[in-house]
Amino acid sequence: MVLDEKVVIDARGIHYTPLNELIRQAVEDGATEIVLKNVLGQRFIADALKADVCIEIYGVPGGDLGMFMSGPVCIVHGNCEHAPGNTMDDGKIIIHGSTGDAAAHSMRGGKIFVRDYIGYRGGIHMKEYDQKKPILVIGKSAHSFLGEYMAGGLIILLGIDQKGPYFERGIGSGIHGGRIVIRGTVDDRYLGVGARKMELNENMLCEIHSLVKEFCNYFNIDDKPLMDNDYTVIGPSSSRPFAGKYTWE
Amino acid sequence: MDGSAIKDALSLMDERGSGEGAGYVAYGIYPDFPDCYALHVFFDNIVEPKSKVDDLLSKWGVIVHQEEIPTYEQPRLKRQHIPWRYFFKPNKDLMVGSLTPEEDIIIKTVMGINSGINGALVFSSGKNMGVFKAAGWPEDVANFYRIDSYKGYIWLAHNRYPTNTPGWWGGAHPFNLLDWSVVHNGEITSYGTNRQYVESNGYKCTMSTDTEVVAYLFDLLGRKHELPENFIVKALAPHFWDEIDSMQPRERELNRAIRLTYGPAMMNGPFGIVVARSDGIVGFTDRIKLRPLVVGDDGDRLYISSEEAAIRTVDPDIENIYMPKAGEPVIGRVVI
Repeated sequence: MVLDEKVVIDARGIHYTPLNELIRQAVEDGATEIVLKNVLGQRFIADALKADVCIEIYGVPGGDLGMFMSGPVCIVHGNCEHAPGNTMDDGKIIIHGSTGDAAAHSMRGGKIFVRDYIGYRGGIHMKEYDQKKPILVIGKSAHSFLGEYMAGGLIILLGIDQKGPYFERGIGSGIHGGRIVIRGTVDDRYLGVGARKMELNENMLCEIHSLVKEFCNYFNIDDKPLMDNDYTVIGPSSSRPFAGKYTWE
Repeated sequence: MDGSAIKDALSLMDERGSGEGAGYVAYGIYPDFPDCYALHVFFDNIVEPKSKVDDLLSKWGVIVHQEEIPTYEQPRLKRQHIPWRYFFKPNKDLMVGSLTPEEDIIIKTVMGINSGINGALVFSSGKNMGVFKAAGWPEDVANFYRIDSYKGYIWLAHNRYPTNTPGWWGGAHPFNLLDWSVVHNGEITSYGTNRQYVESNGYKCTMSTDTEVVAYLFDLLGRKHELPENFIVKALAPHFWDEIDSMQPRERELNRAIRLTYGPAMMNGPFGIVVARSDGIVGFTDRIKLRPLVVGDDGDRLYISSEEAAIRTVDPDIENIYMPKAGEPVIGRVVI
């Protein structure tokens, strides 16, 4: 077994099944760093991979990057398609670009940092349990239905380089757990059903600042302008906001 | 450009299909017959159904040329029909009282053949353009028709995963009528209402699947009612009422009028759609964005796709790539 080995894989024209086999083989052989070059549309990269490994991805990985993944760090130099971090368990995905719809779909642990934009329904159905708390940090902006049906975890939207306050509809639509933090003010009409604004307390601000620092560190962004308390916190309107929706007690 | 890069881009998304339908449409492929309507027909055999089609066309105009569409056997593709093409000139004197006699003759004959002649299905009926489709994987269908031998200035391509209607040659996308071609990802759950609306306006749905209504809606609203593309999209994927209520008065009146006038044309359900005509393309999704749509713009060329990777297959270094807002049209015009 060779330790601390860096493995380079040219993914050009390789289907995702053999590509994932190559990744798993490299991990088995003791690689701690894997570089994937010329990635174009291959889905399911690093899915269900349990390892202490850093995977650098050059190109555009296909949908469901890091699904069920537990432990690895994926650094993407390019954009992602739909649902990176789908039901991810642990580890990190750092995206130097944007993603498609449903980023961090059903995520249950670990962290995702997106430098630019995410599509619709970012963080849909994120959940937390005990020590497992998934984090999604977005640099620029997100389309509608951010944190839809969210059950736990934390989404932070920084609005870097955006003109004016956030204005996409349905924030936290159907939310029943977790928090959505948006930089600046948010008009009430953009809140989804079951979502309400909450007080920003000291603990929360500490957590936000720590994650902002981590975000800025990855993307080489000055964190100073973001280290104030100009954040809006959004959460569920009650612990069981939809208790009476289908049944009556 | 020829179809080879389109084939590669579509094949990259094989995961999105099931091998039961793929197709291509290209504009500008028949420069030798620019004034003829190119009718692409699936025949079950070339005896009874074909003689009936020949008779019908000869009644309504002149068949300038006809031939079997050249195809090349593919091991994974089962031949179910014989693709044939006619280059047809309608006799406009026969459609008395119409402002658009040629188009009306084409619609009448296409609908007449598809609903009245067993074993014949017209799946493409525009000028200087043509649809090529079959039940198979994108690369097999492309190779079956040698799509790389056609040179077009607009291309649409589609890979089908039939869910609630059968996978067959006629059900593959693109769907076409006259100049309009449509590719669609999703389901149109308002199909019943939309179908009633187009059928009450003289169209007949014969492809056993939802997407064909989009082609007829575009023909009705775009050609007959002369709405521009952005108004058609406002009719098919209208703003929410609460958004309309918060608009400035002029804009509010316009959106309200379109939504009320074209209520039965409104499409519900998840969809990402691209429609082409000889002078451009328009892409849009449903208002709550239940299907993906990515746009790439390199100045001279506009790409619209379900996945960025497919765009980068054709143009690896494209810089301006973005996701349009749900329900907002992305319009590309042909500049000569």
